[in-house]
Amino acid sequence: MAFLELKNVSKGFGPKGQRNEVLKDLNLSIEKGEFVAIVGYSGAGKSTLMNMIAGLIHPDTGTVTLNDLEIKEPGPDRGVVFQNYSLLPWLSVYENIYLAVDQIFPNWAVAKKQQHVERYIGMVNLTPARDKKPSELSGGMRQRVSVARALAMDPQILLLDEPLGALDALTRATLQDEISRIWQENKKTVVLITNDPDEGIYLADRIIPLTAGPNATLGPSFQVDIERPRDRKAINHDPVFKRIRRDVVDFLLSSRQQRTAAVTKKLVLPDIEPEDLSVTRELFGPKPRPRRRSEVKVEKVEVEV
Amino acid sequence: MKPFKLDWLILPLIGALVVIGAWHLLAGKKVVVKDAEGNVTSEERVGAIAALPNVKETWESSKPYVMEPFAHRGELDQGILRFTWLSLILVAKGYFIALLIGTPLGFFLGLSKAFTKMTDPIIQVLRPVSPLAWLPLGMVLFLGAGKNASDLAALFTIAICAMWPTVLNTAVGVRAIPQDYLNVAKVLKLSRWKTLTKVMIPATLPYMFTGFRLSLGIAWLVIVAAEMLTGRPGVGGFLWQQYNALIYEQIILCILMIGLVGFVLDRLMSVVERRFKTA
Repeated sequence: MAFLELKNVSKGFGPKGQRNEVLKDLNLSIEKGEFVAIVGYSGAGKSTLMNMIAGLIHPDTGTVTLNDLEIKEPGPDRGVVFQNYSLLPWLSVYENIYLAVDQIFPNWAVAKKQQHVERYIGMVNLTPARDKKPSELSGGMRQRVSVARALAMDPQILLLDEPLGALDALTRATLQDEISRIWQENKKTVVLITNDPDEGIYLADRIIPLTAGPNATLGPSFQVDIERPRDRKAINHDPVFKRIRRDVVDFLLSSRQQRTAAVTKKLVLPDIEPEDLSVTRELFGPKPRPRRRSEVKVEKVEVEV
Repeated sequence: MKPFKLDWLILPLIGALVVIGAWHLLAGKKVVVKDAEGNVTSEERVGAIAALPNVKETWESSKPYVMEPFAHRGELDQGILRFTWLSLILVAKGYFIALLIGTPLGFFLGLSKAFTKMTDPIIQVLRPVSPLAWLPLGMVLFLGAGKNASDLAALFTIAICAMWPTVLNTAVGVRAIPQDYLNVAKVLKLSRWKTLTKVMIPATLPYMFTGFRLSLGIAWLVIVAAEMLTGRPGVGGFLWQQYNALIYEQIILCILMIGLVGFVLDRLMSVVERRFKTA
């Protein structure tokens, strides 16, 4: 029995008539403990998909179930790491995480909560920055706080919505390694949304492409059979890695081509006739200008007999 | 011009001297004509604006009020700081009433579109009404209070005039709460109360304090009008009384005092405001 399951999920936005179908007929099932990456174009509806699993928005049709229970609202069983960190700027690193812990485990003794928070701050290597405000942290550090907050909630499933999208390449690599390490320690179920196929393949057990929108849908899933722990340098030469990357990228590109082929536009060519310069311009008459062919009502053709 | 040492002090001083000099040049001067025995035959004022007291006259006439700032010689004859203190107390009371009503009202406006649609026209109509117009209404409203009527009317006027910046800024602040913060609250399943206290109020605070600062400025502005009309002891009341008594020097003293206090209040509030800046 699948742990997280999406059945025929569709979602659109906008009022009737000019409705914009974003996702169409999505089917997905994820086993417990699995790390699944969903990779797709920006604007394809990746975040919409994530928000649906998080329970922040509801599908128009179809169902999203976690442990056979339909997801109707957000809840602490799903820890979300948002793309833009979503830390509360008036709280310190410690307080941001404590707010979550205090909310999820209200019955714990204060000392236990504090210990719990410290543990997760340590897990993401932020102990020296525990009393800093988010504004005093770099983007990578903020995202680590966000990850620590999600993990400290001890969720059944961790939802990472392009968590590294706003970071530079080097910080990205460091945080990818960190996420990989933390996942191997915790073995939580993880759904990672990303626009970087390499990142998806490097981190996940299974990578699923999302076709280009509108009416985006999930493509076939590619199993990533690469031993863990994975070596960032070696993986680039791994034939399995290369094959999966080629397949995923091919699938994404072809989904895009299909879309452009489906759109046909009528091309209207310019229909301007040249101006007749032999006609002398009158002082007060209408300005001579190029005529449009459509303006020419009668066309006389003189033929010599 | 290049910045130089102590320019923060010297440049404003030069500015002040220029303005005072211009005032002195424009102001009138008393000319006493005496006959041979030293008897005063005529006294008249000359100058561009003959009735305007000059710097020297202003200082001499204001001296007792400035040098004994806390003197109490009679209800409308007290030291200038004592008057200021009386005015400040009244302003503080009215201001707190304004915040007490304005902040929750702003929150409701920010939260509910229906409530905004319902009340926005009323607010927009009431907002530009001058304190001079509210005061008589206040007098009517508190007619039953007898002796306290004018005090209550003044409070009412200050509160209703000073309320609007707080109301509108709070409403804008609530509407501007980033969806991310609300998503955090939703994912954590914070209760309504906790969402309000832990997320919404802290997120709105910078806007609220901008409103508070503007409100305080207006409250201080209104006090003069309120005191003039009610004749309460205070800087504004004193100003009006001295005008009626034809002692023009002390009007200038009052204006300077009012300006100075307004400036200090604004500075204090902007310090507080900066402390609550987040993000």
